[in-house]
Amino acid sequence: MDDDPILFQYLLRLGDSPLILAQQLGAWVGKGPALEEDIALTNVGLDLLGQARLWLTCAGEVEARLGGAGRSEDELAFTRDGGEFRNLLLVEQPNGSYADTMARQFLFDTWHLLALRALLPSRDARVAAIADKAAREVAYHVERSGDWVVRLGDGTPESHARMQAAIDGLWMYTGEMFVPDAVELALIDAGVAADVRALEAPWRRHVDAVLAEATLSVPQNGWMQGGGGRGGKQGVHTEHLGHLLAEMQFLQRAYPDAQW
Amino acid sequence: MVTAVQQAIVGATGGATAPRPALGAVWAALDAVPDPEIPVISVIELGIVRAVEWSAANPQTLIVSVTPTYSGCPATELIVDGIREALAALGVADVEIRFRLAPPWTTDWMSAEARRKLRAYGIAPPAGGAASARVSRVDVAGISPLRRAKDVVGCPRCGSARTELVAQFGSTACKALYRCVDCLEPFDYFKPH
Repeated sequence: MDDDPILFQYLLRLGDSPLILAQQLGAWVGKGPALEEDIALTNVGLDLLGQARLWLTCAGEVEARLGGAGRSEDELAFTRDGGEFRNLLLVEQPNGSYADTMARQFLFDTWHLLALRALLPSRDARVAAIADKAAREVAYHVERSGDWVVRLGDGTPESHARMQAAIDGLWMYTGEMFVPDAVELALIDAGVAADVRALEAPWRRHVDAVLAEATLSVPQNGWMQGGGGRGGKQGVHTEHLGHLLAEMQFLQRAYPDAQW
Repeated sequence: MVTAVQQAIVGATGGATAPRPALGAVWAALDAVPDPEIPVISVIELGIVRAVEWSAANPQTLIVSVTPTYSGCPATELIVDGIREALAALGVADVEIRFRLAPPWTTDWMSAEARRKLRAYGIAPPAGGAASARVSRVDVAGISPLRRAKDVVGCPRCGSARTELVAQFGSTACKALYRCVDCLEPFDYFKPH
C-alpha cells in the first residue's frame, strides 16, 4: 500500500527501542545487586528482545513489499549503522549505577505501556496484535521499575541523592517521546500509529505520582534533547549508541552470516 | 503406546496416500508433550496449541497453530520441537507450525486440572481472571493506578494466604518469586497474564 515506506520507518521505531534497551539490560547479567535482581533484569530484557523480534520481523516483511527481498530481523538488528537506528535517545543512555538503570527503565516503561495501549485500536491488525501481546508484559515492567524508584528515592540519603541525580540527568531525553514528526503524523491520520501527543499528560500524572511517593522532585528544566524533531527517531543519536552497537554487532560484522 | 496410537489411525484421505490419524488422536498425542519448563503440564493444558487441522491445499500436511506465552520465552522453540517429535511418532511427518499472535495467550486459558497440577508441583497457579482486568483495551489513560493491589497468593505447600512477594520475576518470565510467612518456604507463582 502507499503507506508502506513510512510504515517500515514506524515499525523500526517500535522495534529499535526495545532492542537497544534489551541489549543494555543484558549487560547486567551476572552483575545484578542480588540474584533476584539479576534474574528480573534479564527477564525484562528477554521480554523486550522478544517484542523487538516481532516488530523487526514485521518491518522486514513490509520492506519486502517495497521491492527487493526485505531484511530479516537479524539483518536489521546486526547490519544497520547507528544513523539508521530509530530508537529513543532515552534507552541508549548508559547503564550507570542501579539508580540510573532503574530511572531509565521507569521513564521508558511508563511511556511504553501508554504507547502500546494506544496502538490497540490500530487499523493495522498486525500492529495491534503485537502491541496487545507486548502491553501485557510491559504492565509488569512498569510496576517493578516504579517500585524501585520509590525504594531508592525514599531510601537512604545516598540512594535518594543517586536516584534524584539519575532522574535529573535523564529528563532531557524524555521530550521526544511526545513529539510526532512527519512519519508519525501521516500514520496517526491513517489510524495506524499511536498519537504520542496524547500520552504526555497521563505519563506526567504517573511519573509525578511515583516521584512524589519517592520523595523526589520533578526536574524543572524544560529543555529537551531531540524535542525539535532531530533525535533518536530521526536517527540523530547521542555518542552512546555507537559504543553499544560496536559490541552488539561485533560477531555479525566480523563473521558475516555466521550461524550457530 | 505406539500400538494404541496406530489403532487410532483411520484411512481418511481415500487416495493412494498413507492413512492419516484422526484429529482426536493428534490432540491426544499433543497432550503428552510437556511444557519444557514445567513438565507436569502439557502444552495443551497451558493453552499454547490453538488449532489443529489438515491443510486444504495438501491433505497430508497437518497445520498446528501455536501461540507464544511470552514474546521472548526461550521455551517456544523447544515446544515446537516437542510437537514435531510427538507427531512424527504418530506417523505425521509433514507438519506446518503457524504462530498466532491474536488473540494473545492468557493464563485464563489454563484448565482447572492444569492449576491443580501446578499447585501439586509446588507452583502457585495464577489468581483467576485477573489478566483481563489488568489490561484495559479501551482506556488509553487507564494506566493509572499502575500500582494495582497485589494478588492474594496461597502457599502451594501449606495453603496459608500469608505470603509475600520477593521478586516480580522468578525462575522464568512467567513466574514471580514468593515466600510463605507461615511455613517460610519460598515458591514460584505463575503470574496472571
